[in-house]
Amino acid sequence: MSNFEQEKQLLEGLALNDREVVETIYRDNYPVIQSFILNNNGDSDEARDIFQEAMIVIYEKAVSGNFELNCQLKTYLYSVCRRLWLKRLHQLQRYGSLVENIEETVAVEEDLELHEKHNTDFILMETAMNKIGEPCKSLLDAYYLQKKNMQEIAADFGYTNADNAKTQKYKCLVRLKKLFFAQYKNGN
Amino acid sequence: MDELLLIETVERYLKGDMTAQEKTFFEEIRKKNPDIDQLVVEHTFLFNELDNQANVKAFKHSLYEVENKLTEEGLIAKKQLTGKGKVVFLWKRYKRSIAVAASIAGLVSIVTTASISNYKNKEDKGAITDLMLKIDKTAKKVDDLDKRTLVTNTVTQKNPNPDFRATGFLIDGKGFIVTNAHVVNRMKTIYVENNKGEYFIAQTIFADKHTDLAILKINDTAFKQVYNLPYSINKSNSNLGEQIFTMGYPRNEIVYGEGYVSAKSGNDGDSTSYQVSVSVNPGNSGGPVLNKRGEIIGVITSKNSTADGVVFAAKSKNIYKLLDALKENGDTLKIKLPNNTGLKGLDREQQVRKMEDFVFMVVGN
Repeated sequence: MSNFEQEKQLLEGLALNDREVVETIYRDNYPVIQSFILNNNGDSDEARDIFQEAMIVIYEKAVSGNFELNCQLKTYLYSVCRRLWLKRLHQLQRYGSLVENIEETVAVEEDLELHEKHNTDFILMETAMNKIGEPCKSLLDAYYLQKKNMQEIAADFGYTNADNAKTQKYKCLVRLKKLFFAQYKNGN
Repeated sequence: MDELLLIETVERYLKGDMTAQEKTFFEEIRKKNPDIDQLVVEHTFLFNELDNQANVKAFKHSLYEVENKLTEEGLIAKKQLTGKGKVVFLWKRYKRSIAVAASIAGLVSIVTTASISNYKNKEDKGAITDLMLKIDKTAKKVDDLDKRTLVTNTVTQKNPNPDFRATGFLIDGKGFIVTNAHVVNRMKTIYVENNKGEYFIAQTIFADKHTDLAILKINDTAFKQVYNLPYSINKSNSNLGEQIFTMGYPRNEIVYGEGYVSAKSGNDGDSTSYQVSVSVNPGNSGGPVLNKRGEIIGVITSKNSTADGVVFAAKSKNIYKLLDALKENGDTLKIKLPNNTGLKGLDREQQVRKMEDFVFMVVGN
């Protein structure tokens, strides 16, 4: 199997949240990124954070379905981490010139902008979820995030039947919507 | 339409749970009512966000699991303790100011280093001394006493009464000798003398100031061609710490010295030479540096007179380069370097005994 096909398979597996694929990507790329960050004023915790964020960037790209990798996954990941780290250094006001091996990099600014937007939305949704209070939070979490069915939820939450649970769920959804869009409009 | 019912309908529509008939009907309503259309758009967005929330959370969960596994395996560096101890806490708190202070300190130390190294460079230039001996004529007279007896025994009866003395060694039994360029550059007439006290007149055929190497040719009918030089000349670089020995003429008699390769580059990072640690004195210039297998790895050139045990030796592969340069200049001498060492596995005394016939004193004025 060619390298290209292998990487294509990796990305497909990533979009499906395949743990083995995640592990493979970690094994192949983590050491390089870690040493890059350790060599540039960072510690091991920061290396973990940056790598995690980069993984989410490629995950989002993979899920979006139109991820055409026109360079090696390794190069892409390195470029993303490098950019993220530069940004973090800037925020922390730890200035200094970058020490790095001469690794090939590709332009990832657009992807990162998109990721930034996704991330903001993600946080908005998370905040909204945290604000709606119980039992709405658990109910919506069970249905939309854990993908449980209404019968299960009715049983878990002590509703007399699934229809009652459903009605309750929709009430909660209306509240969530209000909270989410209120913040969304404020934020944008 | 009741909002709850509407939300439910929208959700069913988006999930594709509607029958075809229902769907067409709903799309009709949507087209006619901008309010409902707007609601559909909003809900689509909300559901997408919820979906995304679900997926990213699940994905993060995988990331944590993989991270934990790999941290246990040691691929990922362990998390540092945070905020527990006071020192750590203070460190976190003052990290930034310490970083600023450290970078200032860094600057200062760089500046000091720069000025020291500037100073050192100037110093070094004066301190590197060639190891050619300027012969003190009064001392020479003492030497001459026993020399006279030797000379009478030899075929060649030229006593040049030299001003300078250094070392050289045969690289081709036809009479080609390698020594230092700084040696031959100061001599108008050059003689080489073997350990039996025989003098032969020699001529410089090539000298390279850059690597400080020169090739002499013995132009003397008294010289008999030698076959099978016991040592070979190494083309590759030697390792740090490799045991070495050298032979030369800091005195009127051959002197043995041993040591090791102490740096892979010479003075001021000069990559054409090594730094070796061996005891040498003026007169050792041009002496061969051999490893324990009997391969010549370098040629003694100079030493740092202010530092202890800092001696520089041109790398032996430069000899090959010298010959290449000679060939490019259209030379037809056909110098053939020895490629087999007959010294391998011998103990040091035997190696030295086999060697000494081929190490020459280079003298001249």
